[in-house]
Amino acid sequence: MKWIGLIAVIFTGGLLLSAMDDFPNWGDAHSPANSSPVSQYYIEQTMTDSGVPNMVTAVLADYRGYDTMFETVVVLIAGIAIMAILRVAKQVPGGAKPTPAHEVGDQHDIIIGTTCRLLIPVLQLFALYVIAHGHHSPGGGFQGGVILGASFILAAIAKGLDPALQRLPEKRYVKLAFVGVVIYVSFGVACLILGENFLDYGVLHELLPTMSAEEARSHSMLGVEIGVAFTVSMIMFAIYANLASKGELEGGL
Amino acid sequence: MSVMGSFIISQYVLDHFNFWVAVILMMIGLYAMITKNNLIKKLIGMSIFQTAIILFYVSAGVKEGATIPILEHHAAETEQVAAGDAGAEHGSVVGADHDVSKSSEKAPAHEVHEINPDDYSNPLPHVLMLTAIVVGVATLGVALAVAQVIYKNYGTLEEDEILAKIKAAENDG
Amino acid sequence: MAEQYPILVLLVLLFGALLVGLSGMADRRVCFPLTVTALGLAVAVSIGILQRVMDGGVIRYFVGGWSRPVGIGIELRIDTINALVLLTVTTVGLLTAIFSFRRVRDDKTEKTPLFYVLYLLLIMGLSGMVITGDAFNLYVLLEVSSLTSYALIAMGKSKRAATAAFSYIIMGTIGASFYLLGVGYLYLRTGTLNMMEIHQAILALDGPSSTIVVAFVLIIVGLMIKMAFFPLFGWLPNAYSYCPSSTSCVVAPLMTKVGVYVMVRMMLTVFGTEWVFSNLQYTQWLVGMAVVAILAGSVMALAQVELKKMFCYLIVAEVGYMVGGAWMANHWGMVGTIYHIMGDAFMTLCMFLAAGIFLKQAGVVRIDQLDGMFRKMPWTMAGFVVGALAMIGIPPTCGFFSKLYLIRGGMESGHWFYVGALLISSLVNAVLFFRIFEIAYFGKNPAEGHAAHHEEPSVQPVIKEAHPSSLIPLYLTAAIILLLGLFNGQIVELIEHSLNGVQVIGTEILVEKGGQG
Repeated sequence: MKWIGLIAVIFTGGLLLSAMDDFPNWGDAHSPANSSPVSQYYIEQTMTDSGVPNMVTAVLADYRGYDTMFETVVVLIAGIAIMAILRVAKQVPGGAKPTPAHEVGDQHDIIIGTTCRLLIPVLQLFALYVIAHGHHSPGGGFQGGVILGASFILAAIAKGLDPALQRLPEKRYVKLAFVGVVIYVSFGVACLILGENFLDYGVLHELLPTMSAEEARSHSMLGVEIGVAFTVSMIMFAIYANLASKGELEGGL
Repeated sequence: MSVMGSFIISQYVLDHFNFWVAVILMMIGLYAMITKNNLIKKLIGMSIFQTAIILFYVSAGVKEGATIPILEHHAAETEQVAAGDAGAEHGSVVGADHDVSKSSEKAPAHEVHEINPDDYSNPLPHVLMLTAIVVGVATLGVALAVAQVIYKNYGTLEEDEILAKIKAAENDG
Repeated sequence: MAEQYPILVLLVLLFGALLVGLSGMADRRVCFPLTVTALGLAVAVSIGILQRVMDGGVIRYFVGGWSRPVGIGIELRIDTINALVLLTVTTVGLLTAIFSFRRVRDDKTEKTPLFYVLYLLLIMGLSGMVITGDAFNLYVLLEVSSLTSYALIAMGKSKRAATAAFSYIIMGTIGASFYLLGVGYLYLRTGTLNMMEIHQAILALDGPSSTIVVAFVLIIVGLMIKMAFFPLFGWLPNAYSYCPSSTSCVVAPLMTKVGVYVMVRMMLTVFGTEWVFSNLQYTQWLVGMAVVAILAGSVMALAQVELKKMFCYLIVAEVGYMVGGAWMANHWGMVGTIYHIMGDAFMTLCMFLAAGIFLKQAGVVRIDQLDGMFRKMPWTMAGFVVGALAMIGIPPTCGFFSKLYLIRGGMESGHWFYVGALLISSLVNAVLFFRIFEIAYFGKNPAEGHAAHHEEPSVQPVIKEAHPSSLIPLYLTAAIILLLGLFNGQIVELIEHSLNGVQVIGTEILVEKGGQG
């Protein structure tokens, strides 16, 4: 098996490297990919089209927003899949407490508890900043959503899963994860209803008379990113909660 | 001979060192995925493989001397220059966020000539890889969940032991 | 509204999934009607799309309205081939959803909403893969459909479902990553992700480009892992036979077929048949591998004692048919392949529906347990027989006509080994299915008597005919198999319409090339 694997890998590597002389050099600004009309268009026209200086955000949420919608769906699927695979019903409450060991372990260190209590609000604020500031700096819904999710996970690690799940019960995080995708899709559907193609945010300016089409694009991108952040943060927590408790959502690590 | 050799090295390796690194990493990951006995090690290999692909894409979008694909700082600078020329009063608010929407309204008129695509790295690979990262995370999460179920069923994550147990169970039933 | 059809197919399914997820948690009973409604609407819209393509030619839909330089946004592009495959995907989805009515209620009450969310998203992913005109978007949707199918397979109650799902994840990820790498190579050389634009860029290249060749190899190998082409099929039999019936009924017919479709799309639209068949000398090898795949799949199917496993190896053989047909560089081979994508989807669906009913009603896992089924479950067997005849290739069914086209293609292009393998495989299918008929009609083989001995007292009395919710999809599938066969002329006309009108190659070029090879 090892030898077959090695041969397969060497063969694949050789195949991948065999095209190397045809490749653009490192940092070549005039390679076909870097000088293609598509890439040029993004760099030159993003400002005109939507006034968003971060091209990555603009491409992600506007030009290729259709991809990003499915990306959000992929995240949702991951969460749903993990629940579908791992989730087991809770033990009958009448029976003996299944995890007494965790009760002892739950008396957590005061230093850790205090640090986390101080850190979590800051983390969450920073997450909101990253989400909202995605237009102007690296950031956006996915990044901010992960940070937000990490803050919940930190709470779960520091205080145990049960207190964290009291704050954010299963029903709620699943619902919020779905709501995130709903937000994203409803932006697209609103465009559809107003008579344009799916996700053509430009027409949304008809909803608010004071908005120009460019502003409508920019604001819709923010709205879409917020939807993404909902889904991502909730699913991150869902993945942790299920993996850490073997699907029982009790006790935790 | 050595001139020839160094020429080949520079043409095949140095000019494309990013692709070499990416391909080597990919093959490490692929090797782990195919041959490792432990399921978690297989998943580690999977992560290495996917990360190497991300490296491959992103390094393809690099332009020598170019900056990240965010217009603001440069736009503001050019704005400043333009403001100096045109006598507009936007120049004083460099970097102030609340003013960006205002300046962006103005920006296009100036920027059509100001933006040089060679100054910004290619944004498209970044976007694509954001997607690939998310997909990778999702796959890894699902795979870990499945591995956990396997551990619950068989009490081990070593592939040969699992296969032995499956065989034993088949012979019994 | 009509011009929004392409996106509506996906939106209907996506909204269905979201609604099931949000309301299903409160009340599980809404899951099933919502799912069937969403899929019914999707089928209706797919029919609308087919109608529009037939009337007005290729549909190009630019998501977000980004059409000015083509390629900055994402394009959905539908010709008659897509439209037919899309209709196949949604119809199989609908039929299996109806079939899942009792199964899921009995199996997994707790996880019913989760199952239906994943199910709808799987159909959405597959539909999206079929209609997209963007190479990277295809990757995203490929992962949507893969992730959902991993989860659906891992949900199986069998202990081995998880191990099967794990090896599927590993192989599936390698396949998808190869595809992604291939797209990356293409992007490096062409600078665009839109399929038509890539094609134009490849045509405009001066001289051969090794990058494009490697990209092509990567994409095809990646897709071959996904469609379980011969040496790379190891994950398939376990994954498809240890999952719940309602999952195998949708995964088995669709995943491999959509993989084949994507390969055909890559050959026709992205690389272009001229490039594929002239710049590469290896097409002969691929037909040869297809021959091996057909023979190996058939032989391994003969060796199986479990019903579902046998069907799984038949899938491997069927994939061989289609890959061989597509690579013959011949008009009729290509037509036969595309026709077979549709026909085989329904034939496989019929097989797995019947296997699901047998498993549910009579606990049948092995073939020898089927004894006396014609007496015990005559209605189910009637539907099963139609599917089996189609698998063998008996005239009024679609299986006969797809084999006819494939054989015609093989004869015109001189691939006699392929023709021979196809005939041998049909013979093997005949042996397999008539063995089943014999067992089911005349009772069990005396030699295997003691194997079924233990089950007999407990199983015998409880066997009763299947529920209508299981029989209706089975009969609809059987009817579609017959209809596809009866209307094969019209369908082939539709397929040819796209092959001639849209692609750079015409019939005659393909035939010529085939004649030389």
